[in-house]
Amino acid sequence: MDFSFNDEQQMLLDTTQRFLASEYGFDQRRKLLESDEGWSRGVWKQLGELGLLAIDIPEADGGIAAGPVGVMLVAQAVGHGLLLEPFLSSAIVATRAIVQIASDAQCARWLPALASGERIAVLAHDEAGAGIDFTRIGTRATRDAQGFSLSGSKSVVYHAPMADLYLVSARVDDGSLGLFAVAADAAGITRHALRTVDGQRAADLDFDKVRLDADARLGADVGDALASVIDCAIAALCAETFGVLDRILKATIEYSRARKQFGTPIGSFQALQHRMADMLIQFEQARSMMYLATERCSDTDAGARRASISGAKALIGQAARFIGQQAVQLHGGMGMTDELDVSHCFKRLLAFELRMGTTDEHLEIYRRGLQAE
Amino acid sequence: MDLAFDAEEQAFRDEVRAFLRDKLPDDIRRRVHLGDGSTIDTDIPRWQKILNAHGWGAPAWPVEFGGTGWSKTQQFIFDTECALADAPPQLAFGVKMVAPVLMRFGSPAQQQHFLPRILAADDWWCQGYSEPGSGSDLASLKTRAELDGDHYVVNGQKVWNTLGQFADWIFCLVRTDSSGKPQRGISFLLIDMKTPGISVRPTRLLDGTHEVNEIWFDNVRVPVGNRVGDENAGWTYAKYLLGHERTNIAGIGASQRELRRLKQMARTLERNERPLIEDAVFATRIAQVELELKALEITTLRVIFAEAQNHAPGPEASILKIRGTEIMQRITELQVEALGARGLIAESPGHDPGEEIPRATETYLNQRKLTIFGGSNEIQRNIIAQMILQL
Repeated sequence: MDFSFNDEQQMLLDTTQRFLASEYGFDQRRKLLESDEGWSRGVWKQLGELGLLAIDIPEADGGIAAGPVGVMLVAQAVGHGLLLEPFLSSAIVATRAIVQIASDAQCARWLPALASGERIAVLAHDEAGAGIDFTRIGTRATRDAQGFSLSGSKSVVYHAPMADLYLVSARVDDGSLGLFAVAADAAGITRHALRTVDGQRAADLDFDKVRLDADARLGADVGDALASVIDCAIAALCAETFGVLDRILKATIEYSRARKQFGTPIGSFQALQHRMADMLIQFEQARSMMYLATERCSDTDAGARRASISGAKALIGQAARFIGQQAVQLHGGMGMTDELDVSHCFKRLLAFELRMGTTDEHLEIYRRGLQAE
Repeated sequence: MDLAFDAEEQAFRDEVRAFLRDKLPDDIRRRVHLGDGSTIDTDIPRWQKILNAHGWGAPAWPVEFGGTGWSKTQQFIFDTECALADAPPQLAFGVKMVAPVLMRFGSPAQQQHFLPRILAADDWWCQGYSEPGSGSDLASLKTRAELDGDHYVVNGQKVWNTLGQFADWIFCLVRTDSSGKPQRGISFLLIDMKTPGISVRPTRLLDGTHEVNEIWFDNVRVPVGNRVGDENAGWTYAKYLLGHERTNIAGIGASQRELRRLKQMARTLERNERPLIEDAVFATRIAQVELELKALEITTLRVIFAEAQNHAPGPEASILKIRGTEIMQRITELQVEALGARGLIAESPGHDPGEEIPRATETYLNQRKLTIFGGSNEIQRNIIAQMILQL
């Protein structure tokens, strides 16, 4: 049992925190949020130069191979900074999918450009109404003489507007689950750009008989591998969210010390003190579940891995709801404005609850495992 | 970072499990499993003697006093495995409460006399802290101890005394000075329960058990030599006692045991002609509390790890106390709900209603105490606000 971090892990965390503290203040981020693009390619390049886009790439492929704990720490800092750039989508989720599923030749083609920040890739998996259950994928890939023809729709794909490459999950006509690398500018793709509630950029994607060469397919029947990629994605999202919780909780405590009513700081009132004590308790429980999710990323028992990570998503989702709502409440009217980071954090927490399977969906997954014991 | 126990810790856990399998008497194990406390006055000392014969009578004590020298992690493993094996709890008032105070502040004579007797279960200890007007505001206590030659003469009333009906000794907070701040006039006395003038009166609880008492002191003469440390310094010793031995404050093992029982009940008991576990709503409630318990187990290990890195036990214990007690209460609630109308049965003379009945309801009623004693959960939230959040 050991809850310490080694020097390399600590250094990764420090590097990320230092960079974001200097380059990603509230006003700097605010400008990006209101810009047409909604993100900064400059920041993205710098993240690449710092090596942070290569943390989940094996050393043999030129990466840092920081492991689940390294990913957890960087994701936490990224969440704390409310980063708008596609760190989780490209450097963790899509990169991990390629590392885990793609051939050596495909890895060599894509990983260096993803690591440097030159290219951006996203996993396009979620479909409206499907939940996180693989069996309900409606997107179809039909084999033909040259390769495949891809048709279907993907829903609220985070960071799709800035991506060069989509990794699209689809049911192949032989019944297997396929993952396909699709250039964002391929003919037959319609991209409906979206702004999500947390200020990030996403898109609904329609694929209409998109032509793919045979070597666009990654791996073969990828059901198990994709489940593992998604579990690790959820674990990283949990860590990102813990960073947001850290920021919103500290902001609330500080606000309650500074804000005076009836001639005294509102933090001296017992009703508010007990509320903040409950927020801290849920925060610490969320931290423990983040550790659990991180540790289980490398679990080879898929059922146990999914159960623990779903359990973590559920409990952290509940903490996000409680801490977020109470943070706004304790800020009073100021919590309702766009002027303080509390409302920005609050919306990022709401996004967490809804992304990659809702809180209740994950609680249900955990419950089914318990019933089957 | 590594959440799993290492090879050495796993080997230790196996050793504890083997010991419990071989040495915990079946009759005691069965009574603990059923929640049958009718022979607790003999079961607890019997088990303590078995532990002591194995050198495990006081896991947390330093080796020089007869302890084990175990790490905090080993102590946690031991506590958890004992609970999971249905071993009776050790009597905390001796091993975990008065003993650490004696080791730190007691005279050599007090240490030499009392500590071996605690280890061997020769003395049953109880606690005299709370009074009718002094609960959370303990420092306002009024039980007086006045010096008369080489004796104190003690007069007053203690309440919420646990299991004092079996006790040989009581450690008491008494007022020896009323002139200054309330905290400054308190002394820590060890009192022989056989001393004339002590009367013990049961307080019947909502679950029908006789677990707590009122203790009345009427001109009880206590030798000055039975005072621990300095006169009027008792508050310091009491605070030291409260901050001690908190690795098990979350009660992880006990909650894991009760959760296991709850799941067994949900698989066995039927509702609408199918096992209750198949009911999605009920199963989700179990899932929720199981996840909360898992999170608390990791939080507890984090606190233990931090303590082992030479961080003194701090206010984090308040988080463990709050969550641990809330989770245990939730599990007992669900056990009662699992029984449904069968949970109504309080007594059934001459008729066996099934072994989980009526214990689950009785346990539920009894466990309401958890969020009240040992510093109510509201007091714990005050501590978190002041000590951790610095509000």
